[in-house]
Amino acid sequence: MGSRASSLLREEDIEEIKKETGFSHSQITRLYSRFHSLDKGENGALSREDFQRIPELAINPLGDRIINAFFPEGEDQVNFRGFMRTLAHFRPVEDNEKNKHLDASEPLNSRSNKLLFAFRLYDLDRDDKISRDELLQVLRMMVGVNISDEQLGSIADRTIQEADTNGDMCISFSEFIKVLEKVDVEQKMSIRFLH
Amino acid sequence: MEDAWDIACLLIQLWFSVVVGLIMLPAMCGASLGVTEIYIKVLVKILEWATLRIQRGRRDRPTLQTQLSNGIIEKEDGSMEDEIEELRGGGPKSLAGGEFSLGDASYFCRKGIESIVEDEVTHRFTSEELASWNLLTRTNNNFHYISARVTIIWGLGVMIRYCVLAPLRITLASIGIGWLAIGTTLVGLLPRSREKDWLSDRVHLTCYRICARGLSATIRYHNKENRPKKGGICVANHTSPIDIVILANDGCYAMVGQVHGGVMGVMQKSMLRSCPHIWFERSEMKDRNAVANRLRAHVADKTKLPILIFPEGTCINNTSVMMFKKGSFEIGGTIHPVAIKYDPQFGDAFWNSGKYNMVSYLLRMMTSWAIVCNVWYLPPMTRQEGEDAVTFANRVKSAIAHQGGLVDLSWDGGLKRDKVKEAYKEEQQKMYSSMIVG
Repeated sequence: MGSRASSLLREEDIEEIKKETGFSHSQITRLYSRFHSLDKGENGALSREDFQRIPELAINPLGDRIINAFFPEGEDQVNFRGFMRTLAHFRPVEDNEKNKHLDASEPLNSRSNKLLFAFRLYDLDRDDKISRDELLQVLRMMVGVNISDEQLGSIADRTIQEADTNGDMCISFSEFIKVLEKVDVEQKMSIRFLH
Repeated sequence: MEDAWDIACLLIQLWFSVVVGLIMLPAMCGASLGVTEIYIKVLVKILEWATLRIQRGRRDRPTLQTQLSNGIIEKEDGSMEDEIEELRGGGPKSLAGGEFSLGDASYFCRKGIESIVEDEVTHRFTSEELASWNLLTRTNNNFHYISARVTIIWGLGVMIRYCVLAPLRITLASIGIGWLAIGTTLVGLLPRSREKDWLSDRVHLTCYRICARGLSATIRYHNKENRPKKGGICVANHTSPIDIVILANDGCYAMVGQVHGGVMGVMQKSMLRSCPHIWFERSEMKDRNAVANRLRAHVADKTKLPILIFPEGTCINNTSVMMFKKGSFEIGGTIHPVAIKYDPQFGDAFWNSGKYNMVSYLLRMMTSWAIVCNVWYLPPMTRQEGEDAVTFANRVKSAIAHQGGLVDLSWDGGLKRDKVKEAYKEEQQKMYSSMIVG
């Protein structure tokens, strides 16, 4: 299991991923083991079915949206680079202290990028606005059949009303950021990776 | 040519007399010559030495990755309610009781990503990863050349395992199975009587013991006073077909299973002649009532041997116990739980049926170092007043998991092949709805 997996990952690849994502060497090899064990087809890429096979993810109400986040526009396969790039959003912000030598562009796990990840869970068509319909869709996924359409609609309307500042009945990314100002996004959208 | 032929015959005779004299006869009497114990002791010393060398080798070369067996991430343990409360940070509550916040999605998001990186279920269907290499190529993770000595020992190990031990074990296993077929057929000719039962027990015990020698199995039985009695049901966690050999070495059980064709079918028929086992036709298995009735009838007859059932329904990798199917717990009668834990250092007993068929699995078993396992007999349990079958099953499962040091999971072993039920997602949705509507 482990030996064949890590032998397919070359040192140059590991270094590149390290620079791009900020994960450490050992974290990258262990995540590669995980990637390899999910890759039932053994073709070096994961499909949506590979993710669906994880029971805890299949029962997550937002499971489909989360899986979507791994796949770039219109693609059906995600390779290891893409996998790591998405996971990098969830590195704790404190870990960045060690990687100050990384290039000046914003790290993937900055507060702003974490918020953008959450924003994109709602904004399916990537038009940088969460419309009422998009909000309703996500709400419906999270509550299932337990709330009526009318009630859900009023919750959506109320949410948009509170967030919308420019009156276009949609929530833009900056409005989204404002709403979540007080929320500790860095902590909530971070996973403690062991070294 | 004549001389060569004579010598070959002599060698074969010698081989068989060694096998019969040193292994079969003691097995029939249940005695042991102590060879296996010495073998295991020597093996443990060698593996410890190899581990030290590998660790030293890793220290000298820090670029080599250490294979940690603990997790990749540290998970949050809070409930959905606690975490979403924290998320909302105690900010101004919305009017009119609808407490939805755009940030709630991040809770599900994080849980989802955590399960992508590390989940409780998927790795239970593949072999357990070892903390340190046990000199078998098959458990080789990140094998880098450590030192000449380790490689030589590994090479010697390969030679001994494949050229000396494997043929010996295959011989023994064939003798064991052959003896089972012949012996049970012979016993089957006798009329029903106490002597027949006694003989049948002897025959079964003997050949299972020979089969166990055929795997170099060292089995330690604990709490023998709790051994399953007649008219009871024995339940155990399932790791491989070898579980049957392990348990039957110390007691006689009535087996339950599907009727097979071919060699297995012949074995099943002959076993049935000497004592009552329960074999189902494929069509019968679908009718749960018929199955339950047959089992109930068997249990009610106090002269019949205890039934052996594996309620997980499939092989799990011996690091956890998964959901017990409630069927066996609805029959009534006394349940005798048994916990089986294999020591993965000497050989990986898990049968990954998707990856290996039965024959290659058995060959892998016979070319491992040995099979070392502990069997704990737990005190008998019965269904309490007002307890339903599912709760009872979970109670037994926890007892077995606790005794064997295994993780107690409520996930269904069927997830090996099937998708998870929608009902679990609906549970989560319901919980969340009650949070935003109140």
